[in-house]
Amino acid sequence: MEIIESGIGELLQPPDVNGFREWNRNKSKSLIDKRMTDAEVVSKFVHEGDFIGTELYGSVRCPMSVVSEIIRQDIKNLRLVGQGVYESDVLLAAGLIKEMDYTYIGLELYGISHVIRREIDAGRVEKIVEWSNGALVWRFKAAAMGVPFIPVRSMLGTDTFKYSAGKLVECPYTGDPIALVPALILDVGIIHVHRADMYGNCQIDGITGFAYEMSRACKTLIISAEEIVPTDVIRRQPDRTIIPYYLVDAVVHAPFGSHPGEMCYHYERDEEHIQLWAEVSKKPETTQEYLEKYIYNLKDHQEYLDLIGEERLQYLQDIVPSRG
Amino acid sequence: MTEKNYNPNEMLICTASRLMTDDSTAFIGTGIPMLAASLAQKMHAPNLTTIFEFGGMGAILDDLPVAVGGRRSFHRALSALGILDVIEAAGRGHIEYGFIGGAQIDPYGNLNSTVIGDFYKPKVRLPGSGGGNDVGSHCWQTIAIMRHDKRRFIPKVDFITTPGYLSGPGAREAAGLPPNTGPYRVVTNLALLGFHPESKRMMLLATQPGVTVEEVLECTGFELLLADEVEENPPPSEEELKILREEVDKEKFYI
Repeated sequence: MEIIESGIGELLQPPDVNGFREWNRNKSKSLIDKRMTDAEVVSKFVHEGDFIGTELYGSVRCPMSVVSEIIRQDIKNLRLVGQGVYESDVLLAAGLIKEMDYTYIGLELYGISHVIRREIDAGRVEKIVEWSNGALVWRFKAAAMGVPFIPVRSMLGTDTFKYSAGKLVECPYTGDPIALVPALILDVGIIHVHRADMYGNCQIDGITGFAYEMSRACKTLIISAEEIVPTDVIRRQPDRTIIPYYLVDAVVHAPFGSHPGEMCYHYERDEEHIQLWAEVSKKPETTQEYLEKYIYNLKDHQEYLDLIGEERLQYLQDIVPSRG
Repeated sequence: MTEKNYNPNEMLICTASRLMTDDSTAFIGTGIPMLAASLAQKMHAPNLTTIFEFGGMGAILDDLPVAVGGRRSFHRALSALGILDVIEAAGRGHIEYGFIGGAQIDPYGNLNSTVIGDFYKPKVRLPGSGGGNDVGSHCWQTIAIMRHDKRRFIPKVDFITTPGYLSGPGAREAAGLPPNTGPYRVVTNLALLGFHPESKRMMLLATQPGVTVEEVLECTGFELLLADEVEENPPPSEEELKILREEVDKEKFYI
């Protein structure tokens, strides 16, 4: 297959599918208790320089308890697959991100991210490689399939392709140009779910974003869950299980773990808190004050919940509308 | 001139809403497209199937979604699956319309939402493609919703995030994009624009009420083709305004 054009973006994570197979072969297949605290999972599994990713974007199912702990433990020079609003913004604000496979960093309704701009200007984010959102998830899909690339019809003809690490080739079947994107295998993936058992069987309510694809594209997968349930709850509705246990390395119990993001049918997103971040993140000093108050000065997720307060958390549950 | 009882944003939303046809599928981006879709469902298109990037399909927009993955994007929806379910639906030709935004647009409808200025030393780092490129690559017809001024309507965008007609007729197909796809309309606070069937260049179809053709031309940074008869869009009806203010954006997120 002839390469017509190569994107000029750097391939940040090589698609080592054989290495991934060997890694997966050695992963435990036992039904063992994987429950840990945020502090334990981060110190055990997240290392300087790792390529990490969080699942979903916007302000939905954000794995905030784990992300906050990464910031507290100050794990530096991380590489990040960038689909994020709040959780990616705080990781960037803490100065921990060095390279990114990027598709969107912004605050949706509240506009652009001031943090990413500052991090680029300061030279802390050294490399940004562009992709469409679909392309990034297809990259996870390729990794999930165990193949080194996947053909896609996004990005063609654009600068999004030019600044990616994609390849343009002639399709061996139709003769038309088509883009190839490389499998993206994460060192560490972090996904917040509605419920999991202690072995890591996970169920998600509502849309599943790219949990299916990303959970199958991680060497290490950390799950945080609103609720830890007996395995019998999982067995009663196995059709709801989107992430089976053998993919999972650790399970953290994190009630309100998505705050200030939402968890559909459990609690709404905290509009005031998200507005607060949109405001304070405009300036480095107030960004720092925010990180001090809501992350650095706190011991753990429970202290965060105490700071937000029971009344507020109750309110966010009370305003969940009926599904009828 | 009589005092207008509506603001430019409301006019923009109504114009976009009127383009959303009943019994069709439409990919809905953040912001104005969400309001337009909600208004369309309550006015003329009760069976408009809204599609949100992270997996919601067929939501009833009782409350305005504030995030493309939020629970409002699949409120009483027909399905709530994942991002590839909806993007791949567009990829195999199931989705007619894609509503998107951008910071810059050129005569061929190419959109920039990545950077203003140089890629490596940007003046402004914009949010990025997200699903924009996928929507503009795969939906049959894309509709861009923009504010209209000379800084945004420019001869050449700083970065092509989302493909319009690229460099002109035949360029999408030559790049490998699906045939017979591309920009269909551009809705702005000043005008409704389309694309010339042969040259694929942007063409003024109608002005917003009270706006002159000259004003539109002045606010466009490139040569704009004119339709044989440039019409004037009707202002928002009493009913559109009432529904928009009292039902669509009752929390006043946007208007």
